Amino acid sequence: MATKLKRGFIKIEAELCKGCYLCTSVCPLNLISVSDSLNQKGYYPAQYNEKGIEIENHLCKGCALCAIICPDIAIEVYRG
Amino acid sequence: MGKKILLRGSHVIAEAAVRAGCRFYFGYPITPQNELTEYMANALASLSDGVFIQSESELAAINMVIGVSMTGRRVMTSSSSPGISLKQEGISYLSGQELPAVIINTMRGGPGLGNIAPAQGDYLQATRGGGHGDYRTIVLAPASGQELADLTRMAFEYADRYRMPVIILGDGMMSQMMEPVIFPDPIDPKSLPQKPWVLDGAEGRPSRIIKSLILDTSAMEEHNWKLFRKYEVIDREVPEMEQFLTDDAHLAVIAYGTASRIAKGAIKRVREMGLKVGLLRPKTLWPFPKRKLLEMSRTITNFLVFEMSTGQMLEDVKLSLEGRRKIHFYGRPGGIISTPDEIAKVINNVYFKEGLERE
Amino acid sequence: MKKIFGRPKSLKDVVFHYCPGCGHSIVHRLIAEIIDELNIRGKVIGVPPAGCAVLAYNYFDIDMGEAPHGRGAAVATGLKRSLPDRIVFTYQGDGDIAAIGTAETIHAANRGENITVVFINNGVYGMTGGQMAPTTIIGQISTTTPGGRNKDRDGVPIDLSEMLAITNGTVYIERTAVDSPKNVIRTKKAIAKAFRVQMAGLGFSLVEVLSPCPTNLKMSPVQANEWIGSKMTTYFPLKVIKDTVGKL
Repeated sequence: MATKLKRGFIKIEAELCKGCYLCTSVCPLNLISVSDSLNQKGYYPAQYNEKGIEIENHLCKGCALCAIICPDIAIEVYRG
Repeated sequence: MGKKILLRGSHVIAEAAVRAGCRFYFGYPITPQNELTEYMANALASLSDGVFIQSESELAAINMVIGVSMTGRRVMTSSSSPGISLKQEGISYLSGQELPAVIINTMRGGPGLGNIAPAQGDYLQATRGGGHGDYRTIVLAPASGQELADLTRMAFEYADRYRMPVIILGDGMMSQMMEPVIFPDPIDPKSLPQKPWVLDGAEGRPSRIIKSLILDTSAMEEHNWKLFRKYEVIDREVPEMEQFLTDDAHLAVIAYGTASRIAKGAIKRVREMGLKVGLLRPKTLWPFPKRKLLEMSRTITNFLVFEMSTGQMLEDVKLSLEGRRKIHFYGRPGGIISTPDEIAKVINNVYFKEGLERE
Repeated sequence: MKKIFGRPKSLKDVVFHYCPGCGHSIVHRLIAEIIDELNIRGKVIGVPPAGCAVLAYNYFDIDMGEAPHGRGAAVATGLKRSLPDRIVFTYQGDGDIAAIGTAETIHAANRGENITVVFINNGVYGMTGGQMAPTTIIGQISTTTPGGRNKDRDGVPIDLSEMLAITNGTVYIERTAVDSPKNVIRTKKAIAKAFRVQMAGLGFSLVEVLSPCPTNLKMSPVQANEWIGSKMTTYFPLKVIKDTVGKL
C-alpha cells in the first residue's frame, strides 16, 4: 500500500521581498536561504533552494508556514 | 406652509432640522442649549429612521457626525461655546474631507468655562475656521424665531450643496425666546438626491476613500486651492444682509443676532428724536456681506458696530470698509444684555460727537 | 499541483510601504482573506487609524473613511448607525485606541455598538519615530523613555482589552499575536469570528494583535518576534479575554 506523499513547491517573488527572513526561520525543512544578489529595493531576498530539482524529489510539502508568516505576500505555495 | 406656532428658540432649531430631513443627532448636554438636545431625543425616538445618541463628549459627537456624513445622510450636532471648542478638530476634518454637516453654537460667556448667559464671543472662532488648516465654514446668524427655522433649513441645503460644515451662530437669548414661527413643509430624507461619493459598501462598483490626508505637497496645494475656489463661489452666491431704515441714514449700527434686536429697539427710539440712523444686519457672518457694506458706505458716513463681545465682527467691518468711513464700537461681553435705551444713548453720543444732521 | 496560497482579491495590487517584518502587512492580508472568504467586499466599510496604517486605504479594495486620530470608534458608530446592515470595522494602533482614543473606544464598547475593532498592539508609536505607547512594557526603551519605561514616572502598561471586557456592551474580546505562523493562523480565526459576531448582530467585538515593529524596537524581524513571544506576552498574555457568544 503505497500512499502518495504530498509534495509542494513555493515561488518567492524576489522583487517583493524586503529581506526580513522570517520565512527562513519558520521553514521546518530549512529549504529557504538568503540570496547573494540584491533586488531593486536593495535587499538580499530570500530564495527557495529546490529550484531545478524534480518535484517528485522535493522535500517541500507545501505546508505554507513561510507564506503565512511573510508580511509582503511574496511567496506563493503550490501543493499536489 | 404650516400654521403659526409659538415655540422656544432651541425647539425651533430642532424641529426645523427634523423637517429638513435630518434623522441623526449626536450631542452632549451643555447649558444653555439642552432643550435642543432633549427635543431631538424625543423627535428622533418617534421616527422609525431616527437615531439619537447622547455622546460621551462633544468631541465624540462631532466624530459620529463625520461617520454619518460619510454615508451621505443629513446629520446635526449642537453645543455651546466650550463644547464647540472641542469640536474644532472634527470641523477641520469635515472641511478637508468635504463632508456636509450642520453645527449649532448657542454662544455663552467666555473664555474658558465663562458663564451661561448670552454672548457673541465666538464670532472669530466661527468665521476664521476655528480649527487648524486653510478652511472656512458658512456661518449663519439668525435674529428671530422665524429665522431660526429658515436658516436651519438653509444650513442643511448649503451643507449638501457645497459639501462642507455649516455653523448656525445663535446665543442663549435666541434659544430661550419664544416667538411665533411658520415652518416649511417637512422633507422626506429618502426624497433627497443620492450623493455619488458616499461610503456604503463597494457592491458593484470601485471602492471609495474619504480622507483629508494628502502627503504629496503639490496635490495638497491643489486641494487647498480647490477649497478656496469653492469658498469664492460661496462668497458670490451666499452673503445676505438686512437693511433697516438705511436709505436716508447718516449713521448705521451694524449688529447681528440678539444684539441686532436690541439695536432695532434703540434705532426706533432715536428716530423719534429725529436722528437718521439705520441698521445693517448681516445674516451670513461668513461669507461676510462686505460688498453690500461697502456700497452702503457711499451714503452712510458713520458706522457703529455693536456686539456682545469686546469686538470681533468689528474686524470684518474694518476690513470691508477699507478705511473709507469712521467706525465706532460699543461692546458688552460676559453675558450682559444691553437695553434698547442704553444703546440709544450710545447712538446719541456718537451722532452728536460726529456732528451729524438731525431733522 | 494547485496553488494553495496567494494574494487575496480584496487587496489592491499595491506594494506595502510597511517596514520589513512589520505586523501590519500580515494583519492586512488576514483581513483581506477573511473579506474574500466571507464574500463581503461589497458590504464592508473600514476606518483606518492615524499611524503607519493611515494608508490602509491604499491597500484594501473596500470603502474606507478616515477618522481623526483616536476617534475611529466614534466615526464607526456613526457609520454603523447609519448603515446597520453593512460591516464596519476599525483598524487602530495602541496610541489610537488606548491613549488619545480611550474615551471613544470605551463608550462605543459600553453602548454595545455592533462594530469590530482590530487593535494592533506593537508597544510603541511607530509612525512618529518610536515614542512610548500606553502598551510599552516596564523597562522597554523608547525615544521618550530613554532609560526604559519607569513605573513611577510613566505608569504601567494599560490592559485595555481586559478593561473593555468588564463592560456589558462587549461580547467577544481575544488577544492574539502574529509572531509565529501558528499565532498568525489563530489571529485570522479570531478576526474572522469577530466579523461573524458583527454579522450576527451580537454586539461589540475586539481582537488585540501583538505585532512586531522591528524598526522601533531596534531588532531584526526574527528578534522582534522572539521579544513578543518571550517578553511582551508576560504583560499581554494571549488568550480569549471574553466570549459570551460561544461557537459561531
